[in-house]
Amino acid sequence: MPTIVIDGKEYEVPQGENILEACLGLGLDLPYFCWHPAMGSIGSCRQCAIIQYQNPEDERGKLVMGCMTPVQDGARFSITNEAASSFREFIIESLMVNHPHDCPVCAEGGECHLQDMTVMAGHRDRRYRGLKKTHRNQYLGPLIHHEMNRCITCYRCVRFYKDYAGGSDLSAMASHDHVYFGRHEDGKLESPFSGNLVEVCPTGVFTDKHLVNDYTRKWDLQSAPSICPGCSVGCNTSPGERYGKLKRVHNRYNPDINGYFLCDKGRFGATYVNSEKRIPAVGRRSKDGLFDAIDSSQALTAIAKGLSTSKVIGIGSPRASIETNFALQNLVGQQNFCTGISETETALVSACIEAIKESGAKIPSPREIERCDAILILGEDVTNTATRIALSLRQAVRNEAYNMAEGLQLQSWQDAATRNLAQDERSPLFLASPHATQLDDIAEGIFNLSPSNIAHLGYSVASLIEGKRDDAVTKTDANDYGNIAEALLKAERPLIISGTGVTDTSVVKAASSIASALVAKGKETYLSLIYQEANTLGITLLDQGQGPSLSNIFEQGENNNIQTLIIVENDLYRRAAKHKVDKLLQAADQVIVLDIMDNETCTQADIVIPASSFAECEGTLINFEGRAQRHFPVFESKHPCRPSWEWITEIGKISSNKNMLEWQCFDDINKACSESSSTLTGINEVAPDRKYRVGGRKIPRQPHRYSGRTAMIANLSVHEPKQTDDTETPLGFTMEGHSGDRPGELIPFVWAPGWNSNHSVHKLQTGSERELKGGRSVVKIESKNLIQSKQQVKSVSQNNDQDHFIAVAMYKFFGTGELSSQSPGIIELCESESIELAIEAADKLGVSNGDGVTAHGVNGTVELEVKINDSLISNCVGIIQGMPGAANINPGEGLSLTRSENWVRRSEIISSDQLGSKNV
Amino acid sequence: MITTPLTKNVHEDRRVVLVEDYEANGGYQGARKSITQMTPSECLQVIKDSNLRGRGGAGFPTGMKWSFVPMDNVSPGHKYLVCNADEMEPGTFKDRLLMECDPHQLIEGMICGSYTIQADIAYIFLRGEYVKAAETLSQAIKECYAKGYLGRSIMGTNYSLDLYLHTSAGRYICGEETALINSLEGKRANPRAKPPFPQVSGLWGRPTIVNNVETLCNISHILDHGPEWFQELGIGEDAGTKMYGVSGNVQNPGCWELPIGTTIREILEVHAGGMLPGYSFRGLLPGGGSTDFLVEEHLDLAMDYGTIGKAGSRMGTGTMIILDDKTCPVGMVKNLIDFFAHESCGFCTPCRDGLPQTAHILQDMSSGKGETRDIETLERLVKFIGSIGNTHCALAPGAMEPLQSAMKYFPEDFERHAEGKKCNYCETD
Ligand SMILES: Cc1cc2nc3c(=O)[nH]c(=O)nc-3n(C[C@H](O)[C@H](O)[C@H](O)COP(=O)(O)O)c2cc1C
Ligand code: SF4
Ligand code: SF4
Ligand code: SF4
Ligand code: FES
Repeated sequence: MPTIVIDGKEYEVPQGENILEACLGLGLDLPYFCWHPAMGSIGSCRQCAIIQYQNPEDERGKLVMGCMTPVQDGARFSITNEAASSFREFIIESLMVNHPHDCPVCAEGGECHLQDMTVMAGHRDRRYRGLKKTHRNQYLGPLIHHEMNRCITCYRCVRFYKDYAGGSDLSAMASHDHVYFGRHEDGKLESPFSGNLVEVCPTGVFTDKHLVNDYTRKWDLQSAPSICPGCSVGCNTSPGERYGKLKRVHNRYNPDINGYFLCDKGRFGATYVNSEKRIPAVGRRSKDGLFDAIDSSQALTAIAKGLSTSKVIGIGSPRASIETNFALQNLVGQQNFCTGISETETALVSACIEAIKESGAKIPSPREIERCDAILILGEDVTNTATRIALSLRQAVRNEAYNMAEGLQLQSWQDAATRNLAQDERSPLFLASPHATQLDDIAEGIFNLSPSNIAHLGYSVASLIEGKRDDAVTKTDANDYGNIAEALLKAERPLIISGTGVTDTSVVKAASSIASALVAKGKETYLSLIYQEANTLGITLLDQGQGPSLSNIFEQGENNNIQTLIIVENDLYRRAAKHKVDKLLQAADQVIVLDIMDNETCTQADIVIPASSFAECEGTLINFEGRAQRHFPVFESKHPCRPSWEWITEIGKISSNKNMLEWQCFDDINKACSESSSTLTGINEVAPDRKYRVGGRKIPRQPHRYSGRTAMIANLSVHEPKQTDDTETPLGFTMEGHSGDRPGELIPFVWAPGWNSNHSVHKLQTGSERELKGGRSVVKIESKNLIQSKQQVKSVSQNNDQDHFIAVAMYKFFGTGELSSQSPGIIELCESESIELAIEAADKLGVSNGDGVTAHGVNGTVELEVKINDSLISNCVGIIQGMPGAANINPGEGLSLTRSENWVRRSEIISSDQLGSKNV
Repeated sequence: MITTPLTKNVHEDRRVVLVEDYEANGGYQGARKSITQMTPSECLQVIKDSNLRGRGGAGFPTGMKWSFVPMDNVSPGHKYLVCNADEMEPGTFKDRLLMECDPHQLIEGMICGSYTIQADIAYIFLRGEYVKAAETLSQAIKECYAKGYLGRSIMGTNYSLDLYLHTSAGRYICGEETALINSLEGKRANPRAKPPFPQVSGLWGRPTIVNNVETLCNISHILDHGPEWFQELGIGEDAGTKMYGVSGNVQNPGCWELPIGTTIREILEVHAGGMLPGYSFRGLLPGGGSTDFLVEEHLDLAMDYGTIGKAGSRMGTGTMIILDDKTCPVGMVKNLIDFFAHESCGFCTPCRDGLPQTAHILQDMSSGKGETRDIETLERLVKFIGSIGNTHCALAPGAMEPLQSAMKYFPEDFERHAEGKKCNYCETD
């Protein structure tokens, strides 16, 4: 490690860093704007100026930009030197020339990097006496608010949006002091990562529209460490609450997973928590659909009584925590516990688990994905199913650029130089999909194939890697496949990505065989398999293939074998065809549903029980890597909801369930679960338990400037109520407690003296890998412990003749997610339900966009609106998952289509009318 | 002996020289000699020996610049030669004359230069407003392709070169070589950080040489007549001739090719004919709008890089702007700063937001709204914006050069305006 001298003191710093990074790493304050830890340096703001001395005799030194100057052994610098500090002050003064002086009404105030840097650089007096430049703001969609006058032209937004995240509809426009950051015209920002602008922008130009419209300062937000429930990636988040409402979600730094960035579903898809569609109380559905609240203890007693006298089935959920599912499994017994995942999906998950066990490949974290240097994606539409990973893939293909840069002795943080050097050179990424995807722009090879042909491609590549020839392959294909095999073999860390999304087990198996072949060649091989929901892998591991399948439950229902059915956090109408679910729910004598939001299943329930959302309860989720992570309650809900595991435990206790009688709190359930099987051992180490204290103190959820605790309820009482004790977790609903170094999984929000913005995270980091100072637990379920489900699935009859189309599953970033799509803002962006057809198919049926077709499949007929997707291969039709009709069609089945003659087209929306009504 | 190689084909009537006439007057001899008889490294040595320094403003030795281009074949791919014909420096019009009158001279120089660095693609990045030069150059390029001077197998050798003319959308910053490269790539014309230098990672990330029009125009002559001949053309330390120009209230504003090292006085008094009647000399910007003022005491200095540099200014483009006694230096500097503030690319803070502050003060001062603290504020702005390294590129320090030297040589004008007074020569608002 090089030794450098800063202001007369010697320091050892990591090789290859720039002096700004090194200073921050040493805990020395040096202000900056344009540099970003993940995006590197461009040297535009000139804020990080520092004096560098040329040699031991040099007394004057030279002003250099810290972020552009590599550390070198023996180099001597000064931060405090007057020439440097006065220059830094001048930079702020210049940035302030056009910056409004109205922090009090700015949504960034209180967590603004510009405020922090202004104080740090010491600027106070304004010399400029002219007018300020002003700009017109743009309507950027329902998620992000735009206020261009606050721009300090640091270029971070465009560098993130275009360079880092591959977006194309935000750019820097015009020049001199008129540079404008926005879109060519008003309209929704298209990138699924647009929300990161809120955190990337050091000022209040891009802010969270939801927060802006119902505003709370950061210092008044109560936060807790949380996990995004949006998909199987498991990004770490920090949701913030005030007045019982979830106000916003910020990124929570986890170097292995999300680093500094979330996707928009994670950031903006959590406010369903405040929805009016939350289940208001324990209640009963009257026949006319109205909701009659009933006394909860009576209801629980009634349920408990039913348990002992009747045949009970419990259906869990891949979106509920391990603890909730474990509690349900205990309540009804393993043989009566169903994961609630469809047959097809269960088979796919099993294939994935087997692939991981058999191939011997490593499962990469998103950070490890970024280090892979040749990638093959088989079928999975990563941008829509595991969005954050798509961002990591965009970084992975830059490895070639870093290799090239090394040749010129450029460091990876020399961002502009590296990009200019490499231009369009990328590490190879190949992708096979039935339709275009949002990663096509970085792919070296794109193969538009039906799912079964994707599998075929995979097997051929595997054979080629093994050195065998596949004679069934045409010459051109052989060439293409040869290129893939060669690229994977040439790479240091080849990565194969697939998952349950393409809904064809043979694709997963093909991915596995490529990975095995690479492992056999001695390659450090990575295999990444994506699941549908936040805890799909978790519940599968819990079930271990022991419980009945969903169709088995349907059969039991048909045979009138079910008296009591308890469904937890699962809308069955999204899992199976409507007629089957209808039948089941009618067959059971008593249907009890625990859920967060009202849904179709709730409407068929006898008793509905309100469950806490992820933001109101503790729970453990297992992500696509097998990594177990904990979310903590952010606030106490104003709804009478409770965590599902708590409701279930209470029912268990009333019915004297032996195991459950001992469970007093979350930790007990978690511990029992960890002891229940070797697979889940360790999930009790995911985060410190409720007794964890530092110096006898808990960790506060509220910043120490949290204000108005009395004023908040002054309309009711002027006395400050005692803050609720949190007996379940190591966190407190207070502002008092320990806020020094904490384990990563217990950091509710970031803050450091002088650093009120999210940039303060660097004060919590250490070392060149930017680990968290307080450490963090990493609990991953090892692949050898993965237990394969023994479920046998009847393969769906495929009708592949001329008149039939193969249904392929398609995913929409906004719309496929059950809960996220009910968040304000996102609701507007969800696409309507449709069937996507290739042009040839549409022509054949004589339909165009907006017409209707009737799809005839094994579950009868469904009418859907036509959307033409010219990237689809012609014998496939896209069925958008998560939409009401979608569950009636099994992905993979052969559909016959006819034009719906009586279809009523939706009235055209005039986009300017729509715009006018929006709040800009 | 040819003493004005660059303008030997420039006629009084400014008619454009066609390829036949160009050839008849010794044209394409340098190119033929180098491509058919010399190796690239021999060519490079001749250019190094000639002591040619870049005419784009910084005076960087051309041979040395070219020597940084990797000549091995380790990383195969394109190499580029780019002619910087953006000429937007205030007061500068030398490249225009060369391109409008004798386009083949530039193209021949580019062929020789490309051969020397083994570039296979060359671009002329032309100032958008130079419509006539665009016509003459595109005509000349066509002629060259027809004659086999460009394209496949030039002059029967296995050397090939394609040359493209790109007309700029018109920003001063596009003349900065790395901003020019970004602009050619279709990106925002922001300068790039150096290192890496364009010689190793330039256009499309490939080795690239950017040279000024005048620099390139010299190349074929040097290769044809040898480095000694070129050395002898200059008067002082520097070699060759220089396109000098004068603008302002002089008798005969214009542009002349003279031995490099000719004195300022000779250029001003002999060639430009001295001041117009009724005007007397107060100072001059020796090499365009971004160089420091020189005054009376400097008139006998030689116009070469070293001498002008020692006097505290820069030779720049060698085209002087004269300040007379009926023009207020505060107003003149204000005009220049307005230009530079407007032409800032907007990338770095001191330039983007510092120049408008400077312009604003100068505007106030010249319209009688100056305040005493303004002088101090201007000094502060000069200190922070004016040092190389404080900003991302040389535009802003260049912009501050006339201001800082005007404050030094004409303090009374600044003081008068800082007291809130107007002056007879500044426009009021
Ligand atoms: C703001 C700015 C504008 C410039 N404009 C020009 C120009 O118009 N023409 C030019 O030849 N060089 C210009 N230069 C200099 C170029 O960056 C570069 O140094 C030059 O083209 C190199 O050519 P030479 O080595 O032949 O002098 C400019 C530099 C700066 C900083
Ligand atoms: S909008 Fe924000 S991120 Fe973008 S340049 Fe302006 S201040 Fe920087
Ligand atoms: S990638 Fe998944 S986990 Fe991460 S923020 Fe997006 S939805 Fe949430
Ligand atoms: S000095 Fe001016 S022109 Fe140069 S990079 Fe900075 S803002 Fe752009
Ligand atoms: S942070 Fe270094 S120049 Fe902007």
